[in-house]
Amino acid sequence: MSVESVDPDDVDAADILGSAIERREDPALLTGDAEYTDDIQLPGMTHMAVKRSQHAHAKIEGVDTSAAEAMDDVIAVFTAEDVDVPGNLPVGWLLDSLRQVDHPMLAGERVRYQGDATAIVIAEERYAAHDAVDAIDVEYDRLDAATSPNEALNGAPDLHEDAPGNTAFEWEIGDAERTAEAFEEASHTASVDLENQLLIPNAMEPRGAVADYNPSTEELEVAMTTQNPHLHRLLMSGVIDHPEHKLQIRAPDVGGGFGSKIHHYADEALAAWAAKQVERPVKWIATRSETYLTDAQGRGHESHGEIAMDDDGNIVGLQVETEANLGAYLSTFAPAVPTYLYGTLLSGQYDIPAIHCEVTGAFTNVPPVDAYRGAGRPEASYLVERLIHLGAKEMEMDPVEFRRQNFVPDDAFPYQTQVAVVYDSGEYEKTLDRALEMVDYDSFRERQERAREEGKYLGIGFSAYIEACGLAPSELAGQLGAQAGLWESSLVRFHPSGTVTAFCGTSGHGQGHDTTYAQIVANELGIDYEDVDVVEGDTDEIPHGMGTYGSRSAAVGGSSLVKSSQKVVEKAKSIAAHQLEATEDDIEFENGEFHISGAPDRSLHIKEVAQQAYLAHDMPAETEPGLEATSFYDPDNFVFPFGMHAAVVEVNPDTGEIEFEQYVAVDDVGNQINPKIVEGQIHGGVAQGIGQALYEAAEYDENGQLLTGSMQDYAVPKAEHIPEMETDSTVTPSPHNPLGVKGVGEAGTIAAPQAVVNAVVDALEPFDVDHIDMPLKDEKVWRAMRENGGGA
Amino acid sequence: MAEHDITLTVNGTEHELTVESRELLVHALRDQLGYTGLNVGCESTMCGACTVHLGGDAVKSCTVLAAQADGGEITTVEGLADDGEFHPIQEGFQEEHGLQCGYCTPGMMMTATQLLDENPDPDDEEIREALEGNLCRCTGYQNIVNAVENAAEKMGGAAAQGDD
Ligand code: FES
Ligand code: FES
Repeated sequence: MSVESVDPDDVDAADILGSAIERREDPALLTGDAEYTDDIQLPGMTHMAVKRSQHAHAKIEGVDTSAAEAMDDVIAVFTAEDVDVPGNLPVGWLLDSLRQVDHPMLAGERVRYQGDATAIVIAEERYAAHDAVDAIDVEYDRLDAATSPNEALNGAPDLHEDAPGNTAFEWEIGDAERTAEAFEEASHTASVDLENQLLIPNAMEPRGAVADYNPSTEELEVAMTTQNPHLHRLLMSGVIDHPEHKLQIRAPDVGGGFGSKIHHYADEALAAWAAKQVERPVKWIATRSETYLTDAQGRGHESHGEIAMDDDGNIVGLQVETEANLGAYLSTFAPAVPTYLYGTLLSGQYDIPAIHCEVTGAFTNVPPVDAYRGAGRPEASYLVERLIHLGAKEMEMDPVEFRRQNFVPDDAFPYQTQVAVVYDSGEYEKTLDRALEMVDYDSFRERQERAREEGKYLGIGFSAYIEACGLAPSELAGQLGAQAGLWESSLVRFHPSGTVTAFCGTSGHGQGHDTTYAQIVANELGIDYEDVDVVEGDTDEIPHGMGTYGSRSAAVGGSSLVKSSQKVVEKAKSIAAHQLEATEDDIEFENGEFHISGAPDRSLHIKEVAQQAYLAHDMPAETEPGLEATSFYDPDNFVFPFGMHAAVVEVNPDTGEIEFEQYVAVDDVGNQINPKIVEGQIHGGVAQGIGQALYEAAEYDENGQLLTGSMQDYAVPKAEHIPEMETDSTVTPSPHNPLGVKGVGEAGTIAAPQAVVNAVVDALEPFDVDHIDMPLKDEKVWRAMRENGGGA
Repeated sequence: MAEHDITLTVNGTEHELTVESRELLVHALRDQLGYTGLNVGCESTMCGACTVHLGGDAVKSCTVLAAQADGGEITTVEGLADDGEFHPIQEGFQEEHGLQCGYCTPGMMMTATQLLDENPDPDDEEIREALEGNLCRCTGYQNIVNAVENAAEKMGGAAAQGDD
């Protein structure tokens, strides 16, 4: 079932869309020619290092920089007192009840998490900058710290004056009254208390920035690790008070992001600001320990969920209370993640007539928490699928039949959920059936029974996940509190010789956009794939853009490229009609060729039209020379990929160790532009989901000190930890965009955790284990088996 | 801080340079000599992004002092291709979609080539074991394993003829 990749030379131009061609970005990455931020060297370049708090919560009594300033090779040291610009990091998503708090790029009075920045050093070289940082002496008066939302909301010292009780917001969705009634009338209920632990994204490339200021022109160029250059330009221009049109943000090659490079952090702003102060280029590159302390973390939910059923096993209600960890300050999109990206997905793949969810956002002494791969949707899917597992158990039904019975039926789309969103299209039973076939479910229960008799504990876990991608339209996002539009912009430009450059406002960082976008544009224009070049990630080159996150690039960016291409074809058609002396209505466009209907020999290729458009010797009246078009594409609605993942595991009763027998992923991401890339995204996503299920967690001690602050302590899964995955897909095109695509980047990460946890809990059925919080470390599993009386 | 004049031969080219005692080989290669193909992911031997061959062995260049490598022969990812012709491991990664962001890839390939040197026909498990010190956050490893198998197949002929 694994997709074979193909050489683009072996693909007919007409078949380029949907073809699993090899990626064109690979040669540079395979030879060392790629340029990541830390590869950039500029003449006169200086190095910045950041002094970070070792305490999670403390008053700053004084900062003594004299020793650092006196050191060789130190150019400047700056503290909060030196900051003469607003220096306050903004939040990009406002909720009605949100309490906004200050987030200074350098802390002056108080530090609120371990890693909070108090000073920066600019030095001639990297080692000297780090030496000088060590020589800065900060005097603190320590305060108590709280790292869990529950602690923070229940009596911990306030982090911010403007947020009493550490409450950032209280938010709800759904119908409380109807849900309460449903629970009263229900004949069965099941419930769970669970934690969706804090995760550290761990992109392999640490964050960094190289800023270069030209005092004569006042132009400031910042090359940085970003997923969304234009948004960073907008936010940074306010933070450091630099005019947006004289600020260039460029993403060189970016070594993974997974959300962590969406957000606007203090460090990149400090590098840009410092470059203006010292009037020399400034490079800042995080060390891995800095990324552990400061990269925005993901998840961090403590939830209580309940599900209600009638006698026949129909789900009649779902209610949820969640306390969400926001960390010490509000990061860029933080308020949206545990609310609109979470509460709206609580219907899962199910037809649930009454849902209610309340979320309280809490300030705690950990780094800001924001979007990490999936962002809100994994938390929702995990909770729903754990409840479904428990609901089936309560009903004494097979979990597969329980799901099937409660799925949104195929003929119910578009489907309005009770939590605001309208699902576009779906055939949920198809992915379920395919997954059942792949795991041979028919024989599994028997096999499981036999194994148990031999003292072996096999389990199967399902995950019928749903995801919302390509958030849109902008008007709706605005109503919900977004401080940005969620359209995407592109420019498709023919050159006089007939080749094309396509510019897009998304900004890929491993997803293979250069390849897939070229496939889209070549297909629309009917020209060779090799004739299309793709440019992303530079605010000076690309008219505008919103960036790459939330699996929006294909659905929104790709659709924008379709629109721009179509505008180009339209203009080319009128030029062709004019030159062929026909009316536009008589012109047909096929495989790059304009010809007169019924007279196929009278034709002009779009490349020839491009040449004519630049010659401009013979154009229709009122037509401008040149051949290019821009579009700002704002989709009508989200897209909703879905699928069924299933894990088959064996749990060792003596050690609690979990071994995979099989991992199956059947995903429906709509039409696929490049199936090989789709498959790769699923693999990577599943690995991160398995990481969360079994290994990963940001852990803190009672003082708020990070216990998992290195790769030694935080278990990023290795090759031996990830099983061979069997993937397959179904295709239900989305009606919400011209490509019929849905989105794939986050699917695996959303799907995997509950497949694994459900499998382990299924294996431990004889021990009467209902739930174990992730990560399912051996010892935890072993204890869970023992706690319920030794079982079997 | 004491300084040392050292010589490093990188991908066949000899370089003379001056390094501080504490300077890591990865920084000497990247910052002083401009071999930016190798990457820094952790500076603590955990991720493998900085892996190069030193005297024929795959080593993590963030745990070797530049001064220690004095006189050494080093191959970096820039030295894998031969006159513009991809090394089979590069072809393998390209054909099997063994990379996404590419940050871990140079290190992966340096570790993999050493594995193939020692074991020309490794099975899935052996490959996963050999890659134990190289982290990838993007690919889920499956296509990396396939890439190494693909390269092993391609190199099979050469190895049988007593190449290397
Ligand atoms: S940078 Fe050397 S092992 Fe990570
Ligand atoms: S390809 Fe991105 S870390 Fe491996």
